[in-house]
Amino acid sequence: MVPGLEQYLILSAFIFSIGLFGAVTKRSAVVILICIEIMLAGVNIALVAFSRFITPVELTGQSFSVFVIVVAAAEVAVGLAIILALYRQRHTIDTDKIDLLKW
Amino acid sequence: MNNIPEQLIWMIPGLPLAAFVALFILVRSLKIRSNLNGYLAIAATAASFALSLWVAAGLFNAPAEHGITGFEWLNLGGILVIELGLTINPLTGIMLVVVTLVSLLVQIYSLGYMHGSKSLNRYFAFISLFTFAMLGLVMADNLLIMFMCWELVGLCSYLLIGFWYHRPAAAQAARKAFFITRIGDFGFLAAILLLFTSAGTLNVNDIHAAAIAGAVSSTVITWAALGIFMGAMGKSAQFPLHTWLPDAMEGPTPVSALIHAATMVASGVFLVGRMYPLFELSPTALSTVATIGAVTALFAGTIALVMHDIKKVLAYSTISQLGYMMLGLGLGDVAIALFHLFTHAFFKALLFMGAGSVNHSTGTFDMRKMGGLARLMPWTCATFVIGSLSLSGIWPLAGFFSKEEILNSALSNQPVLFAMALLTAFMTAFYMFRVVFLTFGGEYQSRLKPHESGKVMIIPMLVLAVLAVSAGWLNLTGRLTTILGHGHEQSWIYGFLGIFTHPLAWISLAVAGSGIFLAWAMYQKRWLSARKVAWTFRSAYTVFFHKYWIDELYEKYIGARLFNNGLFNLFNRFDAVVIDGTVNDVAGLNLKSSKAIRTLQNGRLTQYGLVFLFGIAAIALLVIFTG
Amino acid sequence: MGLQIAFWMLSAAAVIAAAGVVWQKNLFRAALLLVVCFLATAGIFVTLSADFLAAAQVIINVGAVAILIIMSIMLTREVTRGSPANRLGVPAFFLTGIVAAAIIFAVFKTSWPLSGDLPAEPTSSALAHLLLGAEGFELVIQMGALLLLATIIGAIVLLKENK
Repeated sequence: MVPGLEQYLILSAFIFSIGLFGAVTKRSAVVILICIEIMLAGVNIALVAFSRFITPVELTGQSFSVFVIVVAAAEVAVGLAIILALYRQRHTIDTDKIDLLKW
Repeated sequence: MNNIPEQLIWMIPGLPLAAFVALFILVRSLKIRSNLNGYLAIAATAASFALSLWVAAGLFNAPAEHGITGFEWLNLGGILVIELGLTINPLTGIMLVVVTLVSLLVQIYSLGYMHGSKSLNRYFAFISLFTFAMLGLVMADNLLIMFMCWELVGLCSYLLIGFWYHRPAAAQAARKAFFITRIGDFGFLAAILLLFTSAGTLNVNDIHAAAIAGAVSSTVITWAALGIFMGAMGKSAQFPLHTWLPDAMEGPTPVSALIHAATMVASGVFLVGRMYPLFELSPTALSTVATIGAVTALFAGTIALVMHDIKKVLAYSTISQLGYMMLGLGLGDVAIALFHLFTHAFFKALLFMGAGSVNHSTGTFDMRKMGGLARLMPWTCATFVIGSLSLSGIWPLAGFFSKEEILNSALSNQPVLFAMALLTAFMTAFYMFRVVFLTFGGEYQSRLKPHESGKVMIIPMLVLAVLAVSAGWLNLTGRLTTILGHGHEQSWIYGFLGIFTHPLAWISLAVAGSGIFLAWAMYQKRWLSARKVAWTFRSAYTVFFHKYWIDELYEKYIGARLFNNGLFNLFNRFDAVVIDGTVNDVAGLNLKSSKAIRTLQNGRLTQYGLVFLFGIAAIALLVIFTG
Repeated sequence: MGLQIAFWMLSAAAVIAAAGVVWQKNLFRAALLLVVCFLATAGIFVTLSADFLAAAQVIINVGAVAILIIMSIMLTREVTRGSPANRLGVPAFFLTGIVAAAIIFAVFKTSWPLSGDLPAEPTSSALAHLLLGAEGFELVIQMGALLLLATIIGAIVLLKENK
């Protein structure tokens, strides 16, 4: 059976959900960032799958995917910079211990 | 009514008010301290008196009801429209003269009596305010304004009883007067509201018209009349709301003469007289008035028999005489009650002034420390005796005529009440002459050298003495009672002498005479030892001397036990448990729930993420299941 | 047939790698599993005829992002602490399950306007036209460039030593 759109989207949903679960349950900020990357990868799969099966010639989905990759790269760069700055100041990146938002 | 311009009628209450404002605001801020204050108040009252006399003379010749419309003061959507207006009728005419005249004389007297006293300008300001309020009460044409003035005179009474507020007894008495009259005022206010809801107006004449036309149910009329009478009981110190008046004697004596003898305490009688058409429609209310009046007259008379303080005797005498007036009202006759009010105002004010004059020179009110003052204070003695004779009802003095009318009416209507009134008359004569003989007769008891009071005090007393003799003659022809609504005109000579064709006149004279004779025998000649008599009737004496323990009943049992320990304690518990409890529980619940909710906001990123996720899941489910 | 086999294998690899990232206690291994996940994703892109994106995925995500993450792990010495989980596992699992179920439900519920056309190959020039052509997304590309510039400057500012 040749994989169709549904199979790709289900794969995308699984990867996205795994990333989501990790992002909510992990305490380490770096791991949370990694999980977000996994979520974005899942999204990219969905976008490219749409591009392949719905607009195979126009490639609209792929162009969106390009932007997602760009934004993801920027996000990782800034996110990691923030994590490093935080680590310098508080010597931890455990999100359960960084609860300044309470006040 | 002589075509007096309306503006001048407005000035009758307006002038004392202006004097009050001037004294209280201007003089106070300008710090002028001299007798000028007194003269200002006296001038205003004198002008007011002259105008009142003018009005009253007009009414005496041509009795009529005049309404003077003022301006609309309050308009609540057309439902409640209060117009500030005045009413002039024979009833108010008499009251105007009494109030302004007594006020004027008292103020003149005060110049002497209060001389050298501190904060005189406060004193005269309050007297002016009182005069204004009293005149407003008398002239008001609607119940709300009347009630305001009614409260205002109560306030002035409070302020003036407590004029020497640094004396604890005075402050206490002021508070007591305020509180006890408040109980009656509650009834008055309830009656006003009741009348407003059923008659739809507060205008006195409109209410009367509605009541007579049958637009108000008889139950409402009865309750309203009883409520009004309750207010009158508080103000006029009728049993069982009388206890404040003897204590009110802590105030300056001229104040007692003005407020607690002649005018304010009589305003209860006036109020019942003013609302009389309502009472006439309710036999229940009328018999209540008559009964309370007779009981009060007798009851207060017995206490007056044994008091040692001259002002206390006069105070109980006042209560007793007010009871007489109430009896007159209850017997179905406004005219005789108002006639007695009219004469009583003069001789009772005179007696108070006499007591003040005695106090001014001896420094005491205790009769056991007086005696033999007749020689030392001849003018005071003469006027006091005239006042006493008049009060005892000796022909041809004023008190005789007015009492005679009430006794006559009682005899033909209620024999039991007549007996009580006659007994009261006997006691009145006895205790008044007990005062006379103890104070002016015998030997002087103290080492102080008393002297006659100054002219400024004697002249008002002389004026009042003349009135105490002659005020009753106004009704010799029956004119006064006729313009007040009841009565028949006759020739003056018949009024003067013809009254003796009726046996009642002889009876009452005999009763008064025997009272005087008994007092003479006991306190002047000492044929009978007062102490022995007291011992013989010791149980009665004890009861009288302790004023029937009414004060104790109020303070210890009703005040302390029933209210303080019982009711207020209950309220306190209710407050603590139910109200505070509710508030505390609500607060506690909030605290607990916020503690619970606060854990949600713990600053943990992942937890926020979870909540976010929860939201997404909820929205997803919602979208799926609702289409 | 070959496509089919490739899809299932790559899918399995991607899902297992992603699950491994979440499961793995060792931080460093988690980061390496991320690389595996990225590579599998790139393979999936190939099965979808997205050759340019597959290359971009390898270069950017595997080459840059993963390296950046590994470096920051080393800089923060997080390896010693591992990858601890908080106590929200159970509710998070259920909620994530609901979200996944909702997505899958939506996938099957939606009637997709499928196109029978053969995919364009190679895609790079077509994408270039789409992104930078006269009617393409040039403005967005410019904004993307600006975003990256801002990111670089922001990262430098954030990590500059405070003197």
